[in-house]
Amino acid sequence: MTRPGEDAVGGVIDVAEAVRGGARSALEVAEACIAGIRAGDPALHSFLYVDEEGALAAAAAVDAARAAGEALGPLAGVPIGVKDNLCTAGVPTTCASKILEGYRPPYDAHVIERLRDAGAVIVGKTNLDEFAMGSSNENSAFGPVHNPWALDRAPGGSSGGSAAAVAGRLVSAALGSDTGGSVRQPGAFCGVTAIKPTYGRVSRYGLIAFASSLDQVGPLARSVRDCARLLEVLSGYDPRDATSAVRPVGQYERACERDVRKLRVGVVRDELEQVQDPDVRARVDDAIAALESAGADVVEVTLPTARYGLSMYYLIAPAEASSNLARFDGMRYGLRVAGADLTATYERTRAAGFGPEVKRRIMLGTYALSAGYYDAFYLKAQKVRTLLRRDFAAAFARCDVVLSPTTPTPAFKLGDKSGDPLQMYLADIFTLPAALAGLPAISTPAGLSAAGLPVGVQLTAPAFEEERLFTASRAVEDALWRDAPAPAFAAPRGDRSAVSSAAGAPSR
Amino acid sequence: MTADEVRKVARLARLDLGPDEVERMTADLGAILAHMAELDAVDVAGVEPTFHAVPLDAPLREDRVAPSLDRERALAAAPRVEAGAFAVPKVLEADS
Repeated sequence: MTRPGEDAVGGVIDVAEAVRGGARSALEVAEACIAGIRAGDPALHSFLYVDEEGALAAAAAVDAARAAGEALGPLAGVPIGVKDNLCTAGVPTTCASKILEGYRPPYDAHVIERLRDAGAVIVGKTNLDEFAMGSSNENSAFGPVHNPWALDRAPGGSSGGSAAAVAGRLVSAALGSDTGGSVRQPGAFCGVTAIKPTYGRVSRYGLIAFASSLDQVGPLARSVRDCARLLEVLSGYDPRDATSAVRPVGQYERACERDVRKLRVGVVRDELEQVQDPDVRARVDDAIAALESAGADVVEVTLPTARYGLSMYYLIAPAEASSNLARFDGMRYGLRVAGADLTATYERTRAAGFGPEVKRRIMLGTYALSAGYYDAFYLKAQKVRTLLRRDFAAAFARCDVVLSPTTPTPAFKLGDKSGDPLQMYLADIFTLPAALAGLPAISTPAGLSAAGLPVGVQLTAPAFEEERLFTASRAVEDALWRDAPAPAFAAPRGDRSAVSSAAGAPSR
Repeated sequence: MTADEVRKVARLARLDLGPDEVERMTADLGAILAHMAELDAVDVAGVEPTFHAVPLDAPLREDRVAPSLDRERALAAAPRVEAGAFAVPKVLEADS
């Protein structure tokens, strides 16, 4: 019998190599994974849906391919959780919203096809803030996720289910999406490595859109190497996404083996000095020292416009969201609440289907785009964004990567910020600049706080230079997270999880 | 930000907000927009806006018929279907 927090699964590369070599069958891994989710997820609520049937069938297919002597993919038999804003054919995809409750898409997202082609076993759909809008997972219409390091704390958001499932050792890895920090911030809170690729590196086809000029799919994994293997599978041109980049994919796994000698690491000194939290300060200093002692050169850079990240982001992202979410009108899929006429049907459907934060952002975005305010708010933010890109270009003339904290504090308590949207938005201040500039950025754990909570360090690189991120974060991991400690979260706290309901439907 | 402005934006956004929601939204949006006033201090004279952060490759594909979703699957998630089509409320009034 599997206990919560016990690692019955293993990491990405471990599982793939064990399955390839015949030490474990994919079916045995998938069964252990599902048993682990049943034991552990009632405490975490990281899954909204567990696709046991699909997972076992995919695993059996991997075993059959191996038995037939076929070449196995780089993720053969690796159990993976997928954020529930990525379309999975025939499998519920809700965005943790009542407006899409019960929706089963007719097609797979591009990244889902990539995972399947690589032999991965998709075990289910992970919880998130509704439509990926949030930094704590408390905006899920189906209930929050609990951080496995301390169950009364937020896992971060919006990919909180993915981060908690990986940290809790329920899966080998997970996919998330990052619009303003939504893989990196939960990665930091839960002590896992998470990368937001360059805008355009990974196809957005089948990712339910939040803010189209910012959204990117990214992996969350137990180690930098595992993350690298996943990103190599996910990346590449896809004609179904008009913003997909036509560029060769880097050798991310190989980049993990390079050393950091002569790598120039940029540090924004005044930004660091404004960090109030002593644990975050200390762990970031540790990471800088680790890189220096591994042979990197630390240089000072400035990003003067980064301080406006929050204001830029919370105009641009809601503006794009207000447009993207117009498609949820109760006509072609999802909830419909009938009104007296067409307009009333739209208004009632959307009022009943969307939660408070989604409504807030639709309102903010509609306002920022409306006549009389467009120039003052939306256009102004897009111009400041140009200044931010120039700041990064100037910084990267002096350094190869920029190092910063991922978050201003370790994981905060559930309920601490849920009453004050602006306070919640401030949880993203370090992750917003890379998103706005379209740059790749990785968060990797750099140790624990005095209270035993993980602290993440973020590295940002120029566009399409993900390889540098893997090289540098490997050095941080090697010095500060070598044994990848796992949380020992306690027994289930009640009947909260997708796995506890017979139909596998989200619990309320 | 006033309650009337909130109600006007809610109509534009097709959101039926209750009186409590209007009150809360007025306070929340007011606080958020007050924070964003910090952008007023940034000089952007002569600066072009960034609508896309990374230059797009956007290659053209060949103009050729390719498979797409069949009707049955496309309609499978619709709240109402009639005669092989999405059934929606009346868009035009009988008299107009």
